[in-house]
Amino acid sequence: MEFIIVKFVLVVVVFLVSLGIAAYSTYAERKIAAFLQDRVGPDRAGPFGILQPLADGVKMFMKEEIIPTHADKGLFILGPSIMMMTACMTGVVIPWGNTLIINGTEYPVQITDINIGILYIFGVVSIGVYGIMIGGWASNNKYSLMGAIRASSQMISYELAMGMSIIALVMMTGTLSIGEIVKQQEGMHWNVFVQPLGFILFIVCAFAECNRTPFDLPECETELVGGYHTEYSSMKLGFYLFAEYINMFISSAIIASLYFGGYNFPFIAQLGLPHNILTLLGTLIFFGKVFFFIFFFMWVRWTLPRFRYDQLMHVGWRVMIPLALFNILLTAVIVLWQNGQFN
Amino acid sequence: MLNQNLPFMILATLSVFSALMVVLSRKPVHSVLYLIFCFFTIGGHYLLLNAQFLFAVHIIVYAGAIMVLFLFTLMFINLNKELEPHKTNLVKAAATIVAGTLLLVMVSTVTDTGNILPAQVSQNEVGTVAVLGKKLYGDYVLPFELTSILLLAAMVGAVMIGKKKTES
Repeated sequence: MEFIIVKFVLVVVVFLVSLGIAAYSTYAERKIAAFLQDRVGPDRAGPFGILQPLADGVKMFMKEEIIPTHADKGLFILGPSIMMMTACMTGVVIPWGNTLIINGTEYPVQITDINIGILYIFGVVSIGVYGIMIGGWASNNKYSLMGAIRASSQMISYELAMGMSIIALVMMTGTLSIGEIVKQQEGMHWNVFVQPLGFILFIVCAFAECNRTPFDLPECETELVGGYHTEYSSMKLGFYLFAEYINMFISSAIIASLYFGGYNFPFIAQLGLPHNILTLLGTLIFFGKVFFFIFFFMWVRWTLPRFRYDQLMHVGWRVMIPLALFNILLTAVIVLWQNGQFN
Repeated sequence: MLNQNLPFMILATLSVFSALMVVLSRKPVHSVLYLIFCFFTIGGHYLLLNAQFLFAVHIIVYAGAIMVLFLFTLMFINLNKELEPHKTNLVKAAATIVAGTLLLVMVSTVTDTGNILPAQVSQNEVGTVAVLGKKLYGDYVLPFELTSILLLAAMVGAVMIGKKKTES
């Protein structure tokens, strides 16, 4: 019974934290953009504009809801729903912290550590494509359709390279469970030091999967009006935009746990603090890493211009995939060499 | 017993329903979406048999990759009522007879099999990645490698056919 209560609390907390961080990412995005462009940014709602996300949310809800007459109504609603659902689903397998000891039993601060954690994430990500495709098609608008097609071909292309960059990591760690991968990176044994190429490939693919600049062609304003969400208004549009920020948060969390040690930090054993305090500290440090990557996402957005479509495909198929294959080969040779197969 | 079978019953009903809707939907895009849903329910059956790896791969490959390409093509073609090819009565009759015969064959096969034993899920490790990997790369390494060569050959063939002829 206690087990179920702990898990239920964790699910609710992870869900609320994802939503909260996504909401404040919109604020952070505008503030960082303002900072990089030497402006002030939103500063009217509350002190330093801190209530801006609330105001934006209220605005989104208050807007008139329009469903185009020739749209496929059911699918038009299904599109943003799938997008939002898949965005919220991936948080389940991420280890947010080490174990907490409550009444003598140890509870991991992770909702579930299934032995196919990485594959689960890929499965959910590949379903996320449908949100965009269905929404774009159901709008019955040529710009939406073009945006949807661009988005889905981009996501399929980069999913391949992403999967391959992860294979090298899996070969090294010997497990598909994210909790196990994080445990192996105790102290400063972070995977980024042994898999630098894999990390670069993964983060580039993560940018492409989240449709973030420089890969935000699906919503390229100068060519496609609003891209796949041209016809959407009110909170349905809000869901599409919001899902992008949740995806960004989850991607940052995945990058932090796969390559940057998750909740591990150096000298963890030397501190001599109680177990639960250390776990909380680890979780705080994990969130610090996540925030850094969210900042990195935004930093890149306001620094680099957008790719052209043929450049995007060229990078995906002719650069990323061969590099990922090379990385797999290299990792395989090193793993075999370390196991003494060449002696 | 009923409680144990309840997840299976729900999943089976959903798979049969979605499979029927694939055929009965008027719009091709709806058919594809029902087919994707059907894949999910079949993935659920794999989970019930404790084959988690198979479930994940099934979702990633079928629902996530192949069906996206299906949907892609359908969206480009933009099928609608006016462009629907008109079938003559002869073709309709032929299709009915062929499909009916196929159904008859399948029904007779099912009735001839006698008692079907329920799947044994006693060994908890059967469908996990580690066990599956050891089986594939140990006991079945030759068929596995041969299949991958076959797939590679098919892929190269597809690229050759799809390639634009630059000369001539």
